[in-house]
Amino acid sequence: MRARVLVRPKAGILDPQGIAVERALPALGFEGVQNVHVGRLIELDVEDPARLDEMCRALLVNPLIEDYEVVAQTPSEPLATSQGDVAGGDDGAPR
Amino acid sequence: MRFGVVRFPGTCDDADALLACAKVGDAEILWHGDRDLRGADAIVIPGGFSYGDYLRVGAIARFSPVMESVMAFARDGGPVLGICNGFQILCEAGMLPGALLPNVGLRFICRQVGVVVERPDTAFTAACEPGEILSIPVKHTTGRFFAPGAGGLEDAGQVVLRYAHDGNPNGSTNDIAGVCNEGRNVVGLMPHPEHAIDALLGSADGLKLFESAARVPV
Repeated sequence: MRARVLVRPKAGILDPQGIAVERALPALGFEGVQNVHVGRLIELDVEDPARLDEMCRALLVNPLIEDYEVVAQTPSEPLATSQGDVAGGDDGAPR
Repeated sequence: MRFGVVRFPGTCDDADALLACAKVGDAEILWHGDRDLRGADAIVIPGGFSYGDYLRVGAIARFSPVMESVMAFARDGGPVLGICNGFQILCEAGMLPGALLPNVGLRFICRQVGVVVERPDTAFTAACEPGEILSIPVKHTTGRFFAPGAGGLEDAGQVVLRYAHDGNPNGSTNDIAGVCNEGRNVVGLMPHPEHAIDALLGSADGLKLFESAARVPV
């Protein structure tokens, strides 16, 4: 199975990268942008998706400082998530 | 007193750490792929970019064979010092509380700082006076210490070193520059004591951390 792990800075922890991007966008004429956060996307093929959460906690994510969301992607199914969050990905829906 | 200085692929401060250790005892390099600590009485995990700092700083290094032995050594009370990347590795390994985040200014910083010794009752600060200010350089991009509920660390006396004179260079919580574990035998800090071991380098204050370890009864 193809999966994506979306890693983002934990809410409440200062995210200077997000702030830098948020400040850069208006400088290029893109107004009205707020709450920018910069995280990490990990894509992987896994034989046993049930172990993805375990992988995240053991290595892919540092739970002290990061939140994550596992998004499973199969050829026939739309994007789904194992974290109970709103299914995300490329549908353009607000998060 | 015999120091073991761990070298990972990407470590770059091992030579200076070895030199610092050799000023107060015997010192040799321990390769990351070896489990044998070669009879070391104290372990130093120096700075650099272990395994390229891929994924997160220190995230991969903690799984190396030598770290299994270092963790067992620390559980038995053995003194372990993590400097910069070494500090990041010890946090990732769960041997020290907290984590290191990108500097608030997002820039690499390299400068001499004053560091207050808050607690002389650790394996690496025993040769210092409480409140003493050490002049030691910092050089890092990912040095902002963060721990959920840092007040707990303060109450437990685990904040060992703090940036002095409002000189917090990276946005660390409570100006924290270094912490220890509950057993006080594992210490991590972002500043580089191994780069401050001779007056020719601008300061010899860093030597005190290595001298402290040499005081530990072995």
